[in-house]
Amino acid sequence: MAFANPHITAYAVEATEFPDLVRRYQVTGVPKTVVAVGNEAVEILGALPQEAFVEQALTPFTTDS
Amino acid sequence: MGLLSPADQEKLREAFSEMTRAVRLLFFTQTLDCETCLTARQILDELPLLTDKIAIDEINVVIDADRAKRFGIDRAPAVVPVWRDEQGAEQDSRIRFLGAPSGYEFVSLVQAVMLVGGRPSILSAASLARLAAVDKPVTMQVFATPT
Repeated sequence: MAFANPHITAYAVEATEFPDLVRRYQVTGVPKTVVAVGNEAVEILGALPQEAFVEQALTPFTTDS
Repeated sequence: MGLLSPADQEKLREAFSEMTRAVRLLFFTQTLDCETCLTARQILDELPLLTDKIAIDEINVVIDADRAKRFGIDRAPAVVPVWRDEQGAEQDSRIRFLGAPSGYEFVSLVQAVMLVGGRPSILSAASLARLAAVDKPVTMQVFATPT
């Protein structure tokens, strides 16, 4: 996704090595994805089919309310 | 003695032979207080042995903090695939791996290298269309464990 759009940066975080990040983002299970724009964030728990993942990750940030 | 079995080496060699573009892996490391930096380096060192399309560029996050900061890296080990465009300018993939790329993360790293190395995206047309609508900075962090 990051490679497809220059506005996106993606991090793959090895959870066991960085307990501070695990605490900060309250990671209680893996995989867990945190998608953030500014101070807003959406969390996706577990693995999803590709299109469902893209939809869940981006809907809060691309739909006008 | 390599970390990869001969069978895995062969599979990777075949996969990497499809790369159309050279990829450099920026490896962010530090000398002290980094339990997995050496492991990470050893894993990465396996890759250039399998293809001339992959090179490793080591960056010390303490000594070269400015360069690390440019890539948003403030910890080690971390890996960022980059490539050069036709003008020779370094292009950031905006893909970052934090932690040693072992186990499942290694598979993800190989996939990322292939993508940056010219393999077509695996995203569907619908996903790509959805992505094209993103017009502000988005950060995605995927937390995973090696097994």
